[in-house]
Amino acid sequence: MKLRNKEKDVIALLNKAQRENKHNYITEDKLKLTAQEAGLSYSEVYGVATFYSLFSLKPRGEYVIQVCDSGPCHLMGSKSIFKVLEKELKIKVGETTADGRFTLEEVSCLGICNEAPAMMINEKVCGNLTPQKIREILRELRKKK
Amino acid sequence: MIKELKSPLRVVLENYGRINPESIEEYIAQDGYEAVGKVLREMRPEQVLSEIKASGLQGRGGAAFPTGLKWEFTAKAKDAPKYIICNADEGEPGTFKDRAILEGDPHKIIEGMIIAGYAVGAHYGYIYIRGEYLLSINRFNKALKQAREHRFLGEDVFGSGFNFQIEIHQGAGSYVCGEETALMESLEGKRGNPRFKPPFPPSSGLWGKPTLINNVETLANIAPIILKGSDWFRTFGTKKCPGTKVYAISGHVKEAGLIEAPMGITLREIIIDYAQGMRDSKFKMAQVGGTAGAILGEDMLDVPLDYASLGEKGLVLGSGAILVMDETTCALDMLECFLNFFKRESCGKCIPCRVGTEKLLELATAISRGEGKEDDIDLMLHTAKVMQKTSLCALGQSLILPISTTLKYSREEVTEHIKGRCPTGVCKI
Ligand SMILES: Cc1cc2nc3c(=O)[nH]c(=O)nc-3n(C[C@H](O)[C@H](O)[C@H](O)COP(=O)(O)O)c2cc1C
Ligand code: SF4
Repeated sequence: MKLRNKEKDVIALLNKAQRENKHNYITEDKLKLTAQEAGLSYSEVYGVATFYSLFSLKPRGEYVIQVCDSGPCHLMGSKSIFKVLEKELKIKVGETTADGRFTLEEVSCLGICNEAPAMMINEKVCGNLTPQKIREILRELRKKK
Repeated sequence: MIKELKSPLRVVLENYGRINPESIEEYIAQDGYEAVGKVLREMRPEQVLSEIKASGLQGRGGAAFPTGLKWEFTAKAKDAPKYIICNADEGEPGTFKDRAILEGDPHKIIEGMIIAGYAVGAHYGYIYIRGEYLLSINRFNKALKQAREHRFLGEDVFGSGFNFQIEIHQGAGSYVCGEETALMESLEGKRGNPRFKPPFPPSSGLWGKPTLINNVETLANIAPIILKGSDWFRTFGTKKCPGTKVYAISGHVKEAGLIEAPMGITLREIIIDYAQGMRDSKFKMAQVGGTAGAILGEDMLDVPLDYASLGEKGLVLGSGAILVMDETTCALDMLECFLNFFKRESCGKCIPCRVGTEKLLELATAISRGEGKEDDIDLMLHTAKVMQKTSLCALGQSLILPISTTLKYSREEVTEHIKGRCPTGVCKI
């Protein structure tokens, strides 16, 4: 019976590669290595890596802030959340702060619609956002080394 | 923990918030794994199939396909091996019911998968959980470990000679991977592009082998049906759509959250009895079924929210997501938001959807900026109709519904933008 071979599963390998990288992205070397490990061509692995939104091929901040802009969050004010974040971080959606600490991204529904507007910072979910709450969250993160 | 609005009825959510989801002992104390025991000791696969068929259970992932029939197709497929997949990719905006079930009662899904495996003759199951649901993944991992230790999974379960294994696959961010054939591509380690159908998964699915794929909520109904019987199950809901539904409520209501209610509850009942009414302002409209769902206006407040009643009107219940919007909402601004979602999530495999989603968003954005033309509205409808007829998968095919129903209720409001005014003041013209 054919089963998924975890050691050779591209998506799992890419996931691991990204997680181990300090800048939350998959380097070109890792892409090549993954291709070898999975027994695929470089272009196949590149195709997979660029298909899924959780993967990045560009260096990102230490903290990746992903704000949802799907229906429920949009309705509950995600636009103002983006505004506050852009102002506080002095970057636009898709950019990384000059000190390499924060990246701001717009993403699809995170499944926390009962707490809209919501966002995820790395692996942590933050809901019921208000401008004030965001400033507090950023203050906490900035304090951390 | 997601707020569960007062729901008197509990089938799928019977253990939700009542047991420690990380304790198999607590699950067992609630008759957990008894359904598996009953099936493996007392029932032949055909008997399981007929019980599920008799229950009238329909798939809760959106398409409402009769579950028993799907199981039977897979059971009858000649090829081997066969696979079971639990679809836990939950990406439909406004939907968070599968997350609640996974986080709150993971063993119920394991039970459903084992029973499904026995019924169709599969010995291996995958659960595809979206990568964003880290708590679900953790809890499910723990539950799998416990189930293996208790020998509910593995070889010779309950001394019956039946073997069954389950493995988790973690998604990596893609809405279209919830579509069953895209999900299988993704599980095979490829880009998540949907396949042409037919062949359908029961005859050719994962690695080209017969595959049964069911939604989390569908599988959560299995153990209760086996233990309490299909007649009991049919005491809930409507004749055509038996059972309960877990609805996910979000938007301008006093209390957002989950409810489990009999199939066929109305929007008015949901808003007033469960969500404690509107938050600040009067009801304007609701989107039912997620972003691919229809907009319902005030005249639809008393339509039963089940697959058949909505289907008769050309509408869908979809995942059971309900986004309630009040009078401060701009219908065009929301439509633009929906189209932005589809543009981002279109996988790009087929031209009508790849180009169509882009063009539709451009049109909506132009109108919302006061740069639209009178003909643009009809052009949007026309584009979506072409996409409905020519797109490969339901993502491209279903856009017509939010567009046409938005226009049904709010065409004048959209036209006002073309004249240079947003009636609610949401859009900056
Ligand atoms: C674009 C798209 C996204 C989908 N997303 C999901 C999903 O997240 N979860 C799900 O169970 N079904 C989803 N479906 C439906 C599945 O294709 C399939 O019908 C379902 O998993 C079958 O299970 P069921 O019969 O138990 O409902 C999606 C379909 C489409 C077209
Ligand atoms: S309709 Fe859209 S999502 Fe579906 S296959 Fe075509 S491009 Fe991909």
